[in-house]
Amino acid sequence: MPQDKNRQYLEFEKPIKDLFEEIEVQLHNAQKNPKIDYSVTINQLQQSVLQKRTEITQNLTPWQRVQLSRHPDRPYTLKYIDKVFTDFVELYGDRNVKDDKAMVGGFASLDGKTVMVVGHQKGINTKMRQYRNFGMANPEGYRKALRLFRLAEKFNKPIVTFIDTPGAYPGMEAEERGQGEAIARNIYEMMRLKVPVICVIIGEGASGGALGIGVGDRVFMMENSWYTVISPENCSSILWRSWDQKEKAAEQLKLTAGYMHEFGLIDGIVPEPAGGAHWDYQESANNLKPFLKNTIEYLETLDPETRIQQRIEKFNKMGFWDETKS
Amino acid sequence: MRHEEDFEANLAGEDGKSEETKNSWFKRIKKGILTSTAEKKETPEGLWSKCPECGYICTVNDLREQLFVCPKCNYHHRIGSSEYFEILFDDSQYEVLFEEIRAKDFLGFTDLKSYQKRLEETWKKTDITDSIRVGKGKVKGEDLVVACMDFEFIGGSLGSVMGERIARAVDLSIQIKAPLMIICKSGGARMMESAFSLMQLAKVSGKLSQLSDAKIPYISFLTDPSFGGISASFGMLGDLNIAEPGALIGFAGPRVIKETIKKDLPEGFQRSEFLLEHGFLDFIVQRKELKDKLATVFSLFKN
Repeated sequence: MPQDKNRQYLEFEKPIKDLFEEIEVQLHNAQKNPKIDYSVTINQLQQSVLQKRTEITQNLTPWQRVQLSRHPDRPYTLKYIDKVFTDFVELYGDRNVKDDKAMVGGFASLDGKTVMVVGHQKGINTKMRQYRNFGMANPEGYRKALRLFRLAEKFNKPIVTFIDTPGAYPGMEAEERGQGEAIARNIYEMMRLKVPVICVIIGEGASGGALGIGVGDRVFMMENSWYTVISPENCSSILWRSWDQKEKAAEQLKLTAGYMHEFGLIDGIVPEPAGGAHWDYQESANNLKPFLKNTIEYLETLDPETRIQQRIEKFNKMGFWDETKS
Repeated sequence: MRHEEDFEANLAGEDGKSEETKNSWFKRIKKGILTSTAEKKETPEGLWSKCPECGYICTVNDLREQLFVCPKCNYHHRIGSSEYFEILFDDSQYEVLFEEIRAKDFLGFTDLKSYQKRLEETWKKTDITDSIRVGKGKVKGEDLVVACMDFEFIGGSLGSVMGERIARAVDLSIQIKAPLMIICKSGGARMMESAFSLMQLAKVSGKLSQLSDAKIPYISFLTDPSFGGISASFGMLGDLNIAEPGALIGFAGPRVIKETIKKDLPEGFQRSEFLLEHGFLDFIVQRKELKDKLATVFSLFKN
């Protein structure tokens, strides 16, 4: 978690910023007048911060939740890996074209049990955001992920994926190297992996770029993440023919964890700290960890064929239609 | 470079700036110019068509004789499922299946119009029931299951109905031990079905995996245009991936790529020939040779 001073605030987080500024003032006063006891005031203010954090997340519009999922202080894949696992050994490259910095992965230990962790990675500052291509993977990224899935399968290690992408990269070289094929291959092969696969949407889950590492026995969403077929901005530009309807698009797409769970498209929601995951990285990780451990433990009681069968069945049930026998 | 096409508009359920509307100074046949064979007999004599590629003008009936391929420049006009079924199946005999599966507006999605209204308007405008039709028939005496998209139905968009009809087509293929071919022609996902449309990629991939285990050949036939979720799933998962000449095929649409890289795209980018050169297609097939070539391929698989 960033130091209070280095925090970044979204517009609707402004009241919290004001409270922190007030705390600063009081701390300053306390320093100046050591004889006066400011601790009660400061304590109260800190309580108000917590209260505000809770309040804010209780009344978020879908668009605000999208904004929260993109919060510049939000924990990304490597942060979760750091806080949930130990002994992470990062593995690079797709053995083909290059190493995609928007996709990271490697073996790690989950309380002594080896798992393969793969996820989209966004940058934590301006320079790193470019380096990570804003979490938009190229075909190499998806092929690197598949290589690591295969490695996990060979040594019978469960797989955990972290999804956080505004979409697969829509570039010229990406098309030349088969962005569509790379994602298609992953979706298909993930469906057939013999080891347990758990996917967690930790931030943005946009379209094929997300699903390309998103086919699992269980799919969870962090409370303030979103998952759907297109970003609200792009949806607005195509369906409303304007970039200005992103709030409406976010609403209509019903892309929040709550809706996704209600629709049966995901298997569970991981609660975030009051105000969002960026307020406490360790707490976020602690919330997630039991989901991973318990699920892996359960999935390992099934034999691979049953798991694959159930995985196919689970996705096969998704969809809505009318059926009238004529 | 060929006309800039805006198939995103078709995904939004509008007519877009495709060749049909561009040619609107020619009289447009009701229900879309080249799609519905149900209209065939009613096609008035002397209705003309202009090739969007070379400008060659001929009657629609003449063009139909040519399987809607421009006799001058070989431009493959967009056609619908009925035309493909007629081209492929012996004596134009085939059975259309799973038509009882119909779209519904489960999410209550409303953009400029409600999805429900868009569906009803589209059903009124055309005699096809959704963006894919499944036909079963014989090609040179051998059974084949074909799932063919219709671009005129909300841009051939991929929604729950397409997913379910393909899933049943797979089951049918396994049951009768006949190869499956999907003819792709789509702008991408049906956004009005939100995450449900995305999940169809996984759903169909799961079914194709069952088809694969049954050792039944699956051919993905990509036609103009095949984009988004189509190429990011079953469109690229054929035992053979084949395409019509000049078809625009890709993951991201040309507009999005242009906006990302802030440069014009090179001539021929994302065309079938480009995909072949980059190793993503097994071959390109002329529409007139499609049936023969398929029959050969299937016999090679079989014998």
